[in-house]
Amino acid sequence: MATATLSPTTISKAALFEAQAAKAGARRNRLLSLPALIIIGIFGVLPLLIICVYSFLVAAPYGGVQWHFSADAYLNFLFQRDIFDDTLQFTPDFLIIYLRSFLFAVVTTVICLLLGFPTAYFMATRPPAQRNWWVLMITIPFWSNLLVRTLAIMFIIRDEGLINNALIGLGVIDKPITMLYTNFAIQLGLLYAFLPFMVLPLYSSLEKLDFRLIEAGYDLYATRRQVLWRVIIPLSKPGIIAGCLLVFIPALGAYVTPLILGGGIHLMIGDLIAQQFGSGRNWPLGCAQALILMAAVLVALYFYVRNTSGKVQHG
Amino acid sequence: MGEPRIMDIKDQPGFRTIAIICLLVLYVPVLILMIFSLNSGSLVTHWEGVTLGWYGTALLNEEFHSAARNTMIISVTATIVSTICATLAAIGMTRVKPWPGLAAAFMVINLPLMVPEIITAVATLSFFALIAGTLGLNFGIGNLILAHTVFCIPFAYMPIRARLEDMDLTLEYAAADLYATPWNAFRRITLPLLVPGIMSGAALAFIVSFDDFTITQLVAGPGQTTLPLYIWNQIRRPMTPEINAISTILLMVSILFVSVSFLIARRRAK
Repeated sequence: MATATLSPTTISKAALFEAQAAKAGARRNRLLSLPALIIIGIFGVLPLLIICVYSFLVAAPYGGVQWHFSADAYLNFLFQRDIFDDTLQFTPDFLIIYLRSFLFAVVTTVICLLLGFPTAYFMATRPPAQRNWWVLMITIPFWSNLLVRTLAIMFIIRDEGLINNALIGLGVIDKPITMLYTNFAIQLGLLYAFLPFMVLPLYSSLEKLDFRLIEAGYDLYATRRQVLWRVIIPLSKPGIIAGCLLVFIPALGAYVTPLILGGGIHLMIGDLIAQQFGSGRNWPLGCAQALILMAAVLVALYFYVRNTSGKVQHG
Repeated sequence: MGEPRIMDIKDQPGFRTIAIICLLVLYVPVLILMIFSLNSGSLVTHWEGVTLGWYGTALLNEEFHSAARNTMIISVTATIVSTICATLAAIGMTRVKPWPGLAAAFMVINLPLMVPEIITAVATLSFFALIAGTLGLNFGIGNLILAHTVFCIPFAYMPIRARLEDMDLTLEYAAADLYATPWNAFRRITLPLLVPGIMSGAALAFIVSFDDFTITQLVAGPGQTTLPLYIWNQIRRPMTPEINAISTILLMVSILFVSVSFLIARRRAK
């Protein structure tokens, strides 16, 4: 109902404004965006260009770079130079960490979608007052400190944590199950961290759903399941894609979660990159690794743009 | 039988259960963390009794004071600067005739949201190392303020822009008709209507700056510990409920600012 009236209003508003803009000389207004663009340009975009340059330099022994051109950082990503005969040997260590991170991110995205979709749909079908309450309840963890939330998971799954204490107390097990510093811990932490990132975009898409279409589905003798798969899910595709992207990208580059729950044993891309700038003292390698991650993110964003633009939205 | 038919149509079996499970999963771990901040024992996982003592220990700690001071300096400055920039940019990108480069400018503003935090962190670190090495420039805690301002701008920008787009343009049009100068029309009409959007944006900018860990950890120099970094330092020592107390304080600040931002936004929707 609201969506039906939205587009004509927007058009007439734009036309109205254009007339006024010409009159009031509002063209100068564009200069107002300069301070923000300059700050992000210098302290946000320029640093990205600098790591592009750094990735082609040689590492200085105590961190930083020496200004000699070298493609070693990229070679080192896949190969290791033999100390004795200087030949290149294929070493998949980094590649394995990337693939593992990719797998973590995919599993996180899928499980978040399986849990988040029913949640968002349930929220969107509540009466307005309840709906606001639910949105606030999901928004709070969305904006809460990730470090603290990860710490909360750590307290629960530690050897002397709540789960193990409870199981020992009940006599189910006699020694604690090791959960902290395992792949399971990282996976659990990622799910916990990013679940709200899935629910909120899904909700904003489902909230606009035209429920008359569902009624039409039932009128045509569709079952509940058919209505879900053939009406509701196709109509909420933009929200599903946005939610998946909002979970997948930060999960792929996750840093805090594996740092705390992986204990430095089970690395993800984020920790690997940070390591090159810390104890690894190999900035060019870290820059190259960061750019390879960036390339993966750009592929995901390209997929998003291709899937959302140029399509007519129903409802 | 008496149930309205329309609600029945919308329902899907099992969805309510999953929604409630999600809510429990999101809140139970954090609530347990908060409850243990009141534990009178010195273990973070073994309950002995109720006390507020750990809050006292936390609040009297000199390191906590300096971390809180740094956090406030960085967050407040970054919030003010980013909110001003975001407000100007939102006006410059909605109250204009479309200009070439508008789409590109929009992308630049949103760039910090699209780049994974760890990449921004190492890029910013490299940048400040470079200007320190070649130009001898080091802004001290200003480095962190600048880094925070960059990623705060898009968060402040979003609600302000949304507010500008929802606004009834006929009011500004009427002001212009009544011979108000562009500046007067802005000051007397647009700005007062924009205040809720600006407040909501500032609240979000403050939260993301206040909570930031990744970028701060890599960019911070010696003596620039913020509250999240302070917590990280505490994790690596033998843990006492003091860390739960500090974590609870941080969570409370987030909850306060989210709720404020949410309530402002909801009032707008009415």
